[in-house]
Amino acid sequence: MTGSRMDTRPDESDVNQPVLGFVGTGRWAWRQLTSMRTALFLLLLLAIGAVPGSIWPQRNIDAGRVADYLASHRSAGPWLDRLGFFDVYSSPWFAAIYLLLFVSLMGCVVPRSKIHWRAMREQPPRAPGKLERLPEHGQIEVDGAPEDVLQVARDVLRRRHRRVRADGLSLSAESGYLRETGNLVFHVALIVVIAAVAIGHLFGWRGDRILVTGKSFSNTISGYDTFDPGPWVDTAGLSPFTVAVDRLDVTFEEHAGGAQRGAPRDFTAYTRTQASPDAPEIRQTLKVNSPLVFGGASVFLLGNGYAPVITVRDAAGQVLLHEATPFLPQDANYRSVGAVKVSAASPRQLGFFGFFLPSEYLDKNAGPSSFFPDLKNPALALGVYEGELYPQGRPQSVYTLSTEKMTQLKNAKGEPLRLLLKPGQTIALPGGRGSITFDAVQRWAGLSIRYDPGKILALAGAVAALAGLIASLMIRRRRIFVRVRPQGRRTVVSMGGIAKGEDPRLGAIIEDLLGTIAERTGTRARRTDTKAERTGTTV
Amino acid sequence: MTNETLAQYANLGVYSAMVVFTLAMVAFAMDLAGAAPRLSAVAPDIEVQPALVGGGPSVSGTAARIPVEGPDLPRRRKAAGVAMMLTRLGGLLLIAAAAMRGLSVHRPPLGNMFEFALVGCMFVIVVFVAFSLRRDLRWLGLFVVGPVLLTLGLAITVFYTDASELLPSLRSVWLVIHVSVATFSVALFTIAFSVTILHLVKTWLEAQEPEGMSRVRTVVNTALPPARSLDRTAYGIHAVAFPLWTFTLIAGAIWAEQAWGHYWNWDPKEVWTFVIWVIYAAYLHARATTGWSARSANYLALVGYAAILVNYMVVNVFFVGQHSYSGM
Repeated sequence: MTGSRMDTRPDESDVNQPVLGFVGTGRWAWRQLTSMRTALFLLLLLAIGAVPGSIWPQRNIDAGRVADYLASHRSAGPWLDRLGFFDVYSSPWFAAIYLLLFVSLMGCVVPRSKIHWRAMREQPPRAPGKLERLPEHGQIEVDGAPEDVLQVARDVLRRRHRRVRADGLSLSAESGYLRETGNLVFHVALIVVIAAVAIGHLFGWRGDRILVTGKSFSNTISGYDTFDPGPWVDTAGLSPFTVAVDRLDVTFEEHAGGAQRGAPRDFTAYTRTQASPDAPEIRQTLKVNSPLVFGGASVFLLGNGYAPVITVRDAAGQVLLHEATPFLPQDANYRSVGAVKVSAASPRQLGFFGFFLPSEYLDKNAGPSSFFPDLKNPALALGVYEGELYPQGRPQSVYTLSTEKMTQLKNAKGEPLRLLLKPGQTIALPGGRGSITFDAVQRWAGLSIRYDPGKILALAGAVAALAGLIASLMIRRRRIFVRVRPQGRRTVVSMGGIAKGEDPRLGAIIEDLLGTIAERTGTRARRTDTKAERTGTTV
Repeated sequence: MTNETLAQYANLGVYSAMVVFTLAMVAFAMDLAGAAPRLSAVAPDIEVQPALVGGGPSVSGTAARIPVEGPDLPRRRKAAGVAMMLTRLGGLLLIAAAAMRGLSVHRPPLGNMFEFALVGCMFVIVVFVAFSLRRDLRWLGLFVVGPVLLTLGLAITVFYTDASELLPSLRSVWLVIHVSVATFSVALFTIAFSVTILHLVKTWLEAQEPEGMSRVRTVVNTALPPARSLDRTAYGIHAVAFPLWTFTLIAGAIWAEQAWGHYWNWDPKEVWTFVIWVIYAAYLHARATTGWSARSANYLALVGYAAILVNYMVVNVFFVGQHSYSGM
């Protein structure tokens, strides 16, 4: 069956080869894994494996879209889920690819480092017998005795070559060790980057908090809406900083038309911060692209929205609820959803659920909508429910109402009651249930707080990888050999060169070196042969 | 505030550049078509050693089909000269268009797909013109100006976005660093892609018997440099573009850390930048591996360029992510 194989190397699957023992099989597997072919195959597999994560929604980025996808693809969805297509980058098969790749990489880097270490300390090999047989060759005749010329050649070679070996009337020099050094640095640095990512996962944490203007929050787990620590994070030892947002300025595109209209243009949060309870209070502005920094943790401004200030009173005029309630934007024009839960209402608890619209208009199909993200015509459109807000005390989102134990209030015609409130407006609820007032609109800032102890290491690794990569691609490993022989009173200098891989500049370098030697010996260069010219190395 | 008049002048610059590039393309094509070897009419002028060919009356019949080329008969390449001049002019028009577009919105013109395409085309032409000062690249002209013209056409029609200010997350010095280097390396990958395709064509032609070749094939075969040299050029450009792409990736990660709080979050654009990086890394490894021919490695480079096209045209428009700045 070997006839169809493309390579001519001995077939490793030959039937009559000796039976491998456990160690032998292990060694064989190791050699397979660390071969360049396998590395290439794994690289391509990594590229292919990464693609599904850009096509299907990912849980770590947007769990809501994954849920939507599963709801609308009832047959394919669960299978994709089982295969890890919604958590590609934490799926076992993706991990298997990159772990194998890194084992393969280690298996390549370690022995090559050893070889390179030895090569850097070794003398270059002796000059071969016939220099003119090398890929590039040049020859000149200069004044002076062979020994003197050899000394000059040696000095000339020394300037650009790490090692020069003298051997009778010939020299060998080698340059470009940095190529392999760069290559090894690149691969080791990639391992450092992976290690840094792992450190970030284990010791890093992130938390999110929606903060209405005028309020403050402190960096404790209870201060967050969501908190996502790495497995080895000491959650009791978070640094005790506080952030208060006094004002949030938001600008949207008003002038351009088309898709650009209403696009956000600027977000600026004016904050007061304290690094610890005893530290002085500092006023800082927080913008997108310029986070607040507390030690290792950074506070980012990643979201914004509206929090209408709502007051609910009972029939006697007693205030049951008065607060700014954050609503979550659903589209580019900030049509936002939210819920107001009045647990103090009696005899039955009251819940309001609906939309906040910064620029309200009535769409024929979609109902109350917004035509612009800024406050041009703010309004609240709410439905009213009564009953039990928290059935069995189960945890629930603050932005939605759990209506399973509640009933919707109806108007006189028997249709569901809908309230449309403008700022300052009060509407009395039917049946003596009190009233609701829309006092004012505030903004909220979506703060995301991240701590990643691995990021500096990741950056250092990435920069080292880039430096190593440039060295390994731009530097050429070359060997230059020189031989001198007397020709009457003068000396013939013969020089040959060979490079690892293709090297279009080798011929020019030999000419350059020969020219320098001629100059140093005080001779006008007289070339007797230059292979570079004969073969023509120009592209 | 945007300056609408300046933005319109920028578009005018793009249209003018397209006209100039169209003319340049025609001139380049005429030059390549002129690369046909002189046939029988010229053959008697050349010393054909009868002993080498076989002697006797059969000489004329064979000699008529032997392509004659090289320094003996330098081809007058007026069309190529005109084409190069036009390409330089088109390049200047693109630079002016990009500058006016930038001035009209008071920022670097790197904010949406139209601007990426415009600046990318500008880089391609600038690199080509700069490179052609050192080497004879007249054979490549058609295959650089052609794709540029196509891209500009797409940019001004399909990808066109009104001049406007940027989203807050794009307002950063990293926009200039990250996006300009990304665009520049894509420009280099584009030229390398053209050269790689030409290498495959030339390799295919070199494997054929010169006698049996059709006229078109003979013309193409004569016009292109040897396959080995094409291959070396393509590799050289890739070797410069890949570190630049690596830099793009790192700079993007630094910026992402500042703007979104995480340096890597597997956003679709990040995924594809990574995929492109991995494919070209595989290409460079394949080049360094004995047992892989230059040709199969070059197929990897083509796959890499396909991924670049996906990254630009599919990911920007259709995939949901944080890089959705296409303006469409």
